[in-house]
Amino acid sequence: MKLYGGGKIITGLIIFFFLVTFPFFLNIGKVNAKPEPKIDTPEIQKLAEKKCIEPKAFMRAEHMKLLNDWRDFAVRNGQRLYVNSEEKQFTISLQNTCMHCHSNKKKFCDECHNYMAVKPYCWSCHIAPKEKES
Amino acid sequence: MGSIFAFFAVIALVLIAFVGVSAGNMQYLFGVVIPYAAMIIFITGFIFRVLKWGSSPVPFCIPTTCGQQKSLPWIKQNKIDNPSTTIGVVVRMALEVLLFRSLFRNLKTQLSEGQRIVYGEAKWLWLAGLAFHWSFLIILVRHLRFFIQKVPVPIQMIEGLDSFLQIGAPLLYITDVVILSAVTYLFLRRVFMPQVRYISLPADYFPLFLILGIAATGVLMRYFFKVNVTGVKELAMGLVSFINPDAKLLEGIGVIFYIHLFLISIFFAYFPFSKLMHMGGVFMSPTRNMVNNSRMKRHINPWNYPVKVHTYDEYEDDFREKMKGAGIPVERE
Repeated sequence: MKLYGGGKIITGLIIFFFLVTFPFFLNIGKVNAKPEPKIDTPEIQKLAEKKCIEPKAFMRAEHMKLLNDWRDFAVRNGQRLYVNSEEKQFTISLQNTCMHCHSNKKKFCDECHNYMAVKPYCWSCHIAPKEKES
Repeated sequence: MGSIFAFFAVIALVLIAFVGVSAGNMQYLFGVVIPYAAMIIFITGFIFRVLKWGSSPVPFCIPTTCGQQKSLPWIKQNKIDNPSTTIGVVVRMALEVLLFRSLFRNLKTQLSEGQRIVYGEAKWLWLAGLAFHWSFLIILVRHLRFFIQKVPVPIQMIEGLDSFLQIGAPLLYITDVVILSAVTYLFLRRVFMPQVRYISLPADYFPLFLILGIAATGVLMRYFFKVNVTGVKELAMGLVSFINPDAKLLEGIGVIFYIHLFLISIFFAYFPFSKLMHMGGVFMSPTRNMVNNSRMKRHINPWNYPVKVHTYDEYEDDFREKMKGAGIPVERE
C-alpha cells in the first residue's frame, strides 16, 4: 500500500492515537486511591442510633439536592424547620445541623468531592469548620 | 422509513443493556469487555480507514476556492479562500474545522412565484451543527475527570464555565441543554424539510438517535436517577490502568450507567464504519487541504503510467551519421 502525503497522514494518526489513549499512559501502573469518607467524629460517636436525617442511600445520592432545597427554604422562605421521612424534625442549617455531626469536612465532604473534582459552592458563603490537621 | 428503523435500533440497544445488566447480571460484559472491544475497534478501524483514504492518489489539483486566485501583483489575492501557501491552507482548514465556514455559506434555493429562482440565507444548519459539535467536544473533555486521578486545572475550568449558571444541584451544564436541543433540531430538520427527508438514510438517523440516547441517559443519570458516581470513577480509572474491577464495585453502580456506557461503546465501535468518520475525513478532503498553486507548480498525477518516450536528442544520437550522410541538418555535431 502506497501512501500519498504519507508524512502528514502518519503524523496526524500518531496525534490521534495519543489523544485517544493518553488516559492509559497517564494511569498505567499507578495505584488508584479510592475515596473513603469518614464518619467517626465525636458527635457521631455520641449518637445512640447512628442515623443521618434521611436514609443513607438517599443521602448519598441526593444530599446536594437536599442542601440546595434547604438553602432555598432557609434563605429565601425563612423556613427553618425540616420534617424528614420519619416525621422527625430538624433545624435547617448547614453549619448547625449538618456540620454539627459531620465536623470533619476534609475527611467527609472533601474526600469524594476532590476525587470527583466537584466544587460545591457552599463555602463561598458559609464558614468552613476549623479542623485540626491530623 | 429510515428514521423509524434507526429509532428502534437504538431502543433495542438500550433494552439489550438494560436486560443484560438488570436481569442477566452481566455487569462485567457491559462494563469492561464491551468498552475495551469498542475502544480497539475504534482505534484500529479509524487508522485503517485513514490509511485506506491516504492510499488513493489525488490526480488533479482540485481545491474548491471561493476567492481571487494569486495572479498578477496588482490583483488582490484572497489568501484564505484561495490559498497559495501552506499557511493559507492551515488557516482555511482551521476555520473550516473549528467554525464550519463552508457551511456558513449554505444557501437555500427557491422558486419565487413559480418562475424566478431566489437564493436565501440558510444559517440554522450551521448554527445547530456548530452548537452540537462544540457541546459534544466540551462534554467529552469534561468526562476526563473520570479518567485522571488529579483533575487538571484546565478541565476543572471548562467544567466551571459549563456550570456557571449555578442552576440546581448538581449544577446544570449548559452543554447538556445545548446538545439535546441541537440534536433534536438536526433530527427535526431531516423530518420536516422534504428535500432533506428525501435524501436521509437510516445511516443518517442512527447516529442522531444514538447521540440523543447517549446525551439523554447522561442527563438522566446526572440529574434524576443517581448512580454511585465515585464507583463510576473507580471503574473508569480501573479501565485505563488495566485493573480488573471487583464484582461488588460493578454491582454497586446503577443500571442506567451501563446503558449509557453501552451506547457509547456502540458509538465508538460504529464510528470507523460510518459517516462519523468525517472527523478524520475533514482533514483528508483534497478540495480543502490542497494549495491552489496550479499556475506556479505543475501537479503531476501520481496515477500517470510511466510512458516510455524517445526524445529527438536520442533519435539524433541513433541516426546522426546517417542524417549527415543524407545531408539532413543536425542540432549537435
